[in-house]
Amino acid sequence: MSAVSIEGLTVRLDGRVVLEDVWLEVGERDFLGLIGPNGGGKSTLLKAILGLVRPTSGRIMVFGMDPVAARPLVGYLPQHSIFDQRFPVRVLDVVLMGRYPRVGILRRYRTEDIEAARRSLDAVGMLELADREIGALSGGEQQRVFVARAIVSDPKLLLLDEPTAGVDVAQQGEFYDLLKHLNSRMAIIMVSHDLSAISAHVEKVACLNQRLYYHGSKELTEEDLVQAYGCPIVDIIAHGIPHRVLREHR
Amino acid sequence: MNAWMIGEMMQYEFMKTALVAGLILSVLCGVVGVYIVLNRIVFIGDGVAHAAFGGIGLGYLLGIDPFILAIVAAVLSAAGIGAVSRSKVSEDTAIGVFLAMGMALGVLLMSMSTGYSRDLFDYLFGNILAVSWIDVKIMIVLTVIITVLALALYKEFLILSFDPHYGEALGLPVNRLKMLLLCMVAFTVVMLIKIVGIIMVIAMLTIPAAISRQYLCDLKKIIALSIILGMIFVTSGLLISYTFDLPSGATTILIASAAFFASTAASQRNTSV
Repeated sequence: MSAVSIEGLTVRLDGRVVLEDVWLEVGERDFLGLIGPNGGGKSTLLKAILGLVRPTSGRIMVFGMDPVAARPLVGYLPQHSIFDQRFPVRVLDVVLMGRYPRVGILRRYRTEDIEAARRSLDAVGMLELADREIGALSGGEQQRVFVARAIVSDPKLLLLDEPTAGVDVAQQGEFYDLLKHLNSRMAIIMVSHDLSAISAHVEKVACLNQRLYYHGSKELTEEDLVQAYGCPIVDIIAHGIPHRVLREHR
Repeated sequence: MNAWMIGEMMQYEFMKTALVAGLILSVLCGVVGVYIVLNRIVFIGDGVAHAAFGGIGLGYLLGIDPFILAIVAAVLSAAGIGAVSRSKVSEDTAIGVFLAMGMALGVLLMSMSTGYSRDLFDYLFGNILAVSWIDVKIMIVLTVIITVLALALYKEFLILSFDPHYGEALGLPVNRLKMLLLCMVAFTVVMLIKIVGIIMVIAMLTIPAAISRQYLCDLKKIIALSIILGMIFVTSGLLISYTFDLPSGATTILIASAAFFASTAASQRNTSV
């Protein structure tokens, strides 16, 4: 079964077409990188998969279910949230928030939830910092904590929106290794505009600029990128896209 | 000031009532104030307090207990600010409109009824000595309800305060929770008008929470310390105002403000060393 199956998805927000006729299949162990210009609809597509944005037309299935029904199977790391760095909350409590869909409203976290949170922190190498205040951690450490929160309910699909924003370059390599490790257990869709990182670490790449340009592999053609970004390819190469993303130039 | 003086003070029934009311409201301030500070809705609280004045004016005109209509006006304006800010109007604009409109309505309606000027002063600046035992009973009931709600929904309010967008993705009923929080704020604010008045309500809600946050990082402990600080401010405000014959609301707020500046200066020094 596909993790995500999108057929002819169109989304209008405030009268503006944000996504148009998007078709996408994501397999259960896929690692898909989603690139595209700002305002191209990347975050909206993730929100549609989460059921936060309803399709204007078309259909989204997540593990064969309606996106809202499938939410307990999906982990989500929102775009680097501008939370109050002095917010009084411990790392472990942040991770526990991810158990909410399992625990439900008005119920307390149980021992099994706390154990799951500790396991999750261990998986991202942050268990030692469980009792620290979240604001005391570095950008890279915070991002790992948010990954722990995203995977604490054992999701089958992980959605990451710009996960490396605010993570310094030295920590990014480790971060992608972590994602690769998680990929053995779950499908991953990652929004990023870091093209070089995408090409080095991601299995498949799709470009989104209202429409989706997806080819099932990271071998994008020049035409794909020109279509997706709407600007000459020279420009994109000049901005540091490595050649290995491109198919043989003809 | 000494034990003898406190003993003497407590012989007056109205002083006993005032002290009990102040201590109960400190609990409410601690619980709700912390969420107000963490959710950055301080000015919603302020707007709601002023908007409640419209209800007070209407109560005067119709001869109904002004505080019943103040609660209605506060809840309606809280819901109104919440609803308008979800549209294209920004939240601070919505607050500005509701705040001014409520005050204008209140002044207009009060001026249409007789003998308003002395009471007007009490509503604006508070008069804890005018609190009755019936008021205290209402305060106890509301404090119990709001505290139980805050405890039962502790984990939900924590997610809402920390990261509402993520909460939405988790399936948390973010909008309903925010409305509930605003209603809790509305009830708290109206109760507080009795002791510190419309203009100074916001200080009682924010100062204990703001001071506690400078020293603690555990939310439950922050709430506990805020309650204790509120109790200290109210009690000392009452004692000082009684001793020197000063307005109780203003005295309480000045004590709290002085504590805030002292605490901020102290914590600044700690972090810079």
